[in-house]
Amino acid sequence: MCGIAGLIHRGKSSNVGSELQGMLQALKHRGEDSTGYALYGDTDGKNFIMRFKVGENVGEGSSSIMEDVSVYDERKKIVDKTLAEIGAKIIKEERTLPYSLRYELEYDAKDLLNFSQTIEAIPGVEILSMGKSLEVIKDLGNAKAVCDRYSLDKLVGTHAIGHARMATESGVDIKSAHPFWGYPFSDVSVVHNGQLTNYWNNRRVLENKGMRFMSECDSELIAVYIAQKMREGATLEEGMRDSLLGLDGVFTYFVATKDSLGMAKDTMAAKPLVLYESDDLVAMGSEEIAIRSVLPQEIDTYDPFDGEVKVWQI
Amino acid sequence: MANLKTVSKKSKAQSMGMHTEVLTGRTQQKFFNPDEAENFYYFGTYDVDFNKRTDLDVKDMTAPEANKEIDNLMSQGYGTIVIKNPQGKHSLGVGILNKLNLIFEGSLGYFGMGSCDGPIVRINGRVGWSCAENLMAGKVVIEKNAGSCFGAAIRGGDLICKGSVGARTGIDMKGGTIIIGGDAGAFTGFMMQRGRIIILGDVGINLGDSMYDGTIFVGGEIGSYGSDAVDAELSSNDQDWLKRKLKVAEIGENFDVSKMKKIVAGKKLWNYDNLEPTEKKGAI
Repeated sequence: MCGIAGLIHRGKSSNVGSELQGMLQALKHRGEDSTGYALYGDTDGKNFIMRFKVGENVGEGSSSIMEDVSVYDERKKIVDKTLAEIGAKIIKEERTLPYSLRYELEYDAKDLLNFSQTIEAIPGVEILSMGKSLEVIKDLGNAKAVCDRYSLDKLVGTHAIGHARMATESGVDIKSAHPFWGYPFSDVSVVHNGQLTNYWNNRRVLENKGMRFMSECDSELIAVYIAQKMREGATLEEGMRDSLLGLDGVFTYFVATKDSLGMAKDTMAAKPLVLYESDDLVAMGSEEIAIRSVLPQEIDTYDPFDGEVKVWQI
Repeated sequence: MANLKTVSKKSKAQSMGMHTEVLTGRTQQKFFNPDEAENFYYFGTYDVDFNKRTDLDVKDMTAPEANKEIDNLMSQGYGTIVIKNPQGKHSLGVGILNKLNLIFEGSLGYFGMGSCDGPIVRINGRVGWSCAENLMAGKVVIEKNAGSCFGAAIRGGDLICKGSVGARTGIDMKGGTIIIGGDAGAFTGFMMQRGRIIILGDVGINLGDSMYDGTIFVGGEIGSYGSDAVDAELSSNDQDWLKRKLKVAEIGENFDVSKMKKIVAGKKLWNYDNLEPTEKKGAI
């Protein structure tokens, strides 16, 4: 089933980590296999933030291979060495869990494709997100468990999207969890509720164009599809509108960039979405109770119609 | 113009495309024979007084707890219950098989007022997906917007949304009336079998797709027609009925019903004959 939620504060920052945790926890009955956050924090915009994993030792319930922690240490050393070789200087380093790391990098690069390909050539290493504001955090368990594990409740920023997953199309593991980074674009992330039926057709085409897929989760296609459209010169909104024709199946998805948040709904409107809009806040989720966790007072909400695409700026 | 008051019930109904046949069959005879009064009795219903009123704050209750408390209040004879702080909870007010005046001061989540038979409900807020699914009788009024599958499979009663609704409104409906004050999404009236849908605003694509029967009235623009949905002539009987319904619904009182479009089933898709399926496709 899965549940998605997102919010964007317009003209101000807020405690988006805590707010999104409340929204996703309200949707936990839609899936607790994994939960993911894409948080756009307040930064000075100078350095890149790279969230990455060097394995998936997430224990019982996961379809990932169990590995010894020492393997992660070895991979981390190779990542550090590779970063030095390509001229990326580690400014700050955090290791929340043995397999999950956050680096602040001083790195001068316009196209992150070569950078990502170099780092991900290291076996077992996957970049979860790369950007100057975006941080993707995803792990097994419900929203509160993941939030507590990664201490996300204090993160201040302008906007965020998240996903509570019930695994149906692929494994219960971090690589199949949402949000997906819009590789290789800085600060682009995607969450999705639904099923895509032309996944393999699109994947073959996109792989031939040099795009990469890290999982077999159909939702990853949306991130890659829109990223490819943007590489070809489309704006975010144009890419999203194109996806209504190019993607087959039922879907409601959110895309976020450094300064915007968008939603798209398939032409059959088969997946739910409730939306609240005001001058200073847009909040949306698979169910109204998600919005109620940040706006408990009586508010006006509505369901976007079939084939609708909307984008809001901060 | 035919006058509804002077035309016989049967011819009036037939001119509007309604059905007058007596339902037969073991199930119908057992439960819905009007000559057997005891068959209208529902186990667990209560004799309530509409003038006996109380408030119920469900802020800290789960949906089952709230629904049980509504039942408990009805058992005490309360005929008017005001629900405070519903806060978008799912499945509130379901399974009420009783006369009751129920008022929600706020919005409901999914499946609100599902499988009800008899209550008069006013929701001063919004409702999520599948509001009033399987409604048998009574009246449900929503003051704001509604989600998708609004009034799915209703059998009777009046379901009114003063705002706009999502996709698949009235899907599989088998009777009753749905009235929308604003716009409606795609696949409105999808596979409907009987009953009426009135939309004062615009409606999305595939209107009345695969409808077996029933009637849809649209005041605004139509995105596209679904398979086997066709235009029909809006009769004077239809206009009288529309005016009366909108007045009772307290919605669109000054709306010019004479300009509404009437959509019915073409009856090619489900009118079985000797055509093979491939030939049938070509015939539509």
